[in-house]
Amino acid sequence: MRYLPNSPAEREKMLAAIGAASIDGLFAVIPAEYRLDRDLDLPRAHAESEIIDCFRAAGAKNSTDYASFLGAGAYRHYRPVIIDSLIQRGEFLTSYTPYQAEISQGTLQAIFEFQTMIAELTAMDVANASMYDGSTGASEAVMMATRATGRHQAVVAATVHPEYREVLATYTKFRSLPTTLAGYDRETGRIDLAALDAAVTQETAAVLVQSPNFFGVIEDIPAIAAIAHAKGALLVVSIAEAISLGVVRPPVEADIVSLEAQSFGVALSYGGPFCGVIAAKEQFLRQMPGRLVGQTTDSSGYRGFVLTLATREQHIRRERATSNICTNQALVALMATIFLSVYGKEGIRELAEHNLAKAAYAAQKLGSQPGAKLLFTGAPRFHEFVLQTEESPAQWSQRLLDQKIVGGIDLSRWYPELSNATLWCATEVVTREQIDTAAGALAARPAGA
Amino acid sequence: MSSSEVSVANANQKVRPHPTQNEALLFEKSSPGKRACKLPPLDVPAVDAAALLGAAHRSRSAELPELSEIEIIRHFTRLSTWNYSIDLGMYPLGSCTMKYNPRVNEYVARIEGLAEAHPYRPDSLAQGILEVIGLLQRCLLEITGMDAITLQPAAGAHGEFTGILLVRAWHESQGNPRRKILIPDSAHGTNPASAAICGYTVETLKSNPEGGIDLEALTRQVDEETAALMLTNPSTIGVFESQIHKIADILHAKGALLYMDGANMNALVGKARPGDFGVDVMHLNLHKTFSTPHGGGGPGSGPVACKAFLEPFLPIPILVRNENGTKCAPGLDSETWESKNPDTPRVSLGWNYDRPQSIGRVRAFYGNVGMFIRALAYILANGPDGLRQTTEDAVLNANYIRSQLEDLFELPYKTPSMHEVVFSDKRQAARGIKTGDIAKRLIDYGFHPYTVSFPLIVHGALMIEPTESESREELDLFIAAMRSIAREVEENPELVKTAPHSTRVSRLDEVQAARKPILRWRPQP
Repeated sequence: MRYLPNSPAEREKMLAAIGAASIDGLFAVIPAEYRLDRDLDLPRAHAESEIIDCFRAAGAKNSTDYASFLGAGAYRHYRPVIIDSLIQRGEFLTSYTPYQAEISQGTLQAIFEFQTMIAELTAMDVANASMYDGSTGASEAVMMATRATGRHQAVVAATVHPEYREVLATYTKFRSLPTTLAGYDRETGRIDLAALDAAVTQETAAVLVQSPNFFGVIEDIPAIAAIAHAKGALLVVSIAEAISLGVVRPPVEADIVSLEAQSFGVALSYGGPFCGVIAAKEQFLRQMPGRLVGQTTDSSGYRGFVLTLATREQHIRRERATSNICTNQALVALMATIFLSVYGKEGIRELAEHNLAKAAYAAQKLGSQPGAKLLFTGAPRFHEFVLQTEESPAQWSQRLLDQKIVGGIDLSRWYPELSNATLWCATEVVTREQIDTAAGALAARPAGA
Repeated sequence: MSSSEVSVANANQKVRPHPTQNEALLFEKSSPGKRACKLPPLDVPAVDAAALLGAAHRSRSAELPELSEIEIIRHFTRLSTWNYSIDLGMYPLGSCTMKYNPRVNEYVARIEGLAEAHPYRPDSLAQGILEVIGLLQRCLLEITGMDAITLQPAAGAHGEFTGILLVRAWHESQGNPRRKILIPDSAHGTNPASAAICGYTVETLKSNPEGGIDLEALTRQVDEETAALMLTNPSTIGVFESQIHKIADILHAKGALLYMDGANMNALVGKARPGDFGVDVMHLNLHKTFSTPHGGGGPGSGPVACKAFLEPFLPIPILVRNENGTKCAPGLDSETWESKNPDTPRVSLGWNYDRPQSIGRVRAFYGNVGMFIRALAYILANGPDGLRQTTEDAVLNANYIRSQLEDLFELPYKTPSMHEVVFSDKRQAARGIKTGDIAKRLIDYGFHPYTVSFPLIVHGALMIEPTESESREELDLFIAAMRSIAREVEENPELVKTAPHSTRVSRLDEVQAARKPILRWRPQP
């Protein structure tokens, strides 16, 4: 009970002030048959030192000493130390949504800076204060396109993260929003433009693509935009690897961009919390979901910031809101803002180029091992690539694990047509030695295998 | 001088008559060539990005600020001093449960093996984090009295969406998804918004004179097309629905389900369990009841717990225990968790995707796992007796405030309060002062305002939830502040109307912000 500030004597005094005979008297309104007359069956109260021991033990069971080539929507990058120093300031950590602007200017200005940075990086006009993550953000972006166009169909590239597509299917299930899947080119790993052209109709509200896509390949955004726009559909571009924007041309032809900002200084944390954000062209502003911070002045003329355009939101519009989202990922957005301040204009490009170089080396090295080859070599990539092996991934992955390396992720769970194909990621934190060791283990097939 | 000139001139000065320092935007402080990062030397050959990427190469860099590390530290530290926070004082936002966020939670969430775990690492290398998830699930099921749970939803509204999808999937499996969801007029705005995106029509249920569910109206409105009632219990006026089981019976008699918004679970933990009083499905807010930090608006976490008949519809994947090749829902016992002996035969945990009746995914990966770690640390720190005492203190604190203020502020509903008390500004409004004005004046007394103008069923609501984290001393200061403001309303209403007077900015022009939205910085032409 170390978190509770009242002593037994103070409780008694307060009860007396209320005029209640006992604390149970305050719960008398709950019918007796529903009042719990026993302790909850939970672990006993733990000392702080015991709590730390328990979680350290859990962390140790997670095996921290493995190198990893896993990516696929969750990326391991170096996280500057000052991010954690700053976000642990209680004024950021323990404040609520900044509805009371006069005593929330710190959070509000930081969000305004976040919106500005995201708009700059994505080459969009405006960005919101954050969404839950990239998967729900992409789904909300498609909904946004249906409101903006008044149309009720969507075309989705098969190269969008499969779990993002699953989330979209859940979001659209009961909104009569049929979606068509557009396949990919087996040589380039890019969306099949002819298939896309055939799938887009005058009823299509949104074309959803991801770039770099799930295979790590950069899509031909201008060509895709031309196809979408020719039939009046909006182009929604999902970006799962935000660091790519340091060196990859932003999707200027897109109407809406849904970004997963986890790479900007956010720990993997087994998949969350991450940080989605939606950016868009100005004309779609009123259809945007989520919170927005705007600049204004106070009664003395000083600059200040407020949550604005709230008439889009659920607490005003209820069932006619643009989205039901309320709590977002504010603290994670702050982490991204600090990360981008640390790297800055030149640093973010240099960081992205390091990723490009590591992946180029890893792809060349792994792809040249006997029994292994690179797929989708006909288009530019960022820091992920698909490797096809003669052995099944189950056969070679144990050899890598024995060397304390987690290799690429098996794609057959999502793309059964790609046999023995794995998706690898090499960010700036992967070393040449780890790449070489992985290549050696991959090549070390037992005789006769 | 125009207002914009004032703000620009001021941005370049370090101080103004307020104890906190001024601070320009990052972009206004930037100058070319400064940097706060250094990358290690490349250990692989450098590449020519332009040649490698061709048309996909970014030629013009994004205009990110260029700063040194000390400037970044000062920037965000200065900004932080402009925020109010729980760490500074009482934050009595009704229905938001702004309780203390224990620092050990932050510590354990950053333990390397947990914080750095990739979501696709093999299950065999993720047993530690899976045990955390398994134990938290078991604890939350025990606390709610429900049978099955998903931790995937990212926040409360996301949990509502998930829960209503479960309702819909179950009705569909019975042959008819049904058409409408009933929602009391006292509900939070997310409830109708969530029901609408699940394809339901929202029908409002008018509250009775006590602010609770009107059983006759409910009986009239529930029909064979009603999928569920979304009920917040205790309600947004802080009142427990004492007829809760009758409500459940009326719904169930027509085949409709009872959804509970668990925003106010802080009034019930260890004292009563929704699963025992007829709730079929509910969400929790780990960022309210279970002490994970609000962080200026998120991240949250909104687990959804349900009765066994809804279990087949839970989002994929679900956590399972593999024992002798069989899969069953994990009920990780404390002994397994506590065991430090590596020779103890351990259960193996993993994810099951083979769930044909599932509503599908509501989010990539498994949820806001970092929040699960913090919530579990909170439960472990309290134990069963600590959680019960926490609930009792939360209710005691709210009732104490009520008893000390009800002579000065109108109490629209006399029903007993649980963890929050809702007053109306009726008496002050007669003097031209509204709840929003009183809230702003409270800032001058060193408190964060209560929740303003919500719930909508109360005219000019003052919704006060102190939580268990406030000592009698802090409560007495709050009470004294409210009594003083009530006096000011009588004696000097203008002082209240123009508050706050102590903040670095005065009331901000929200109309201007919305009419001509400036949502990003741009360089001056």
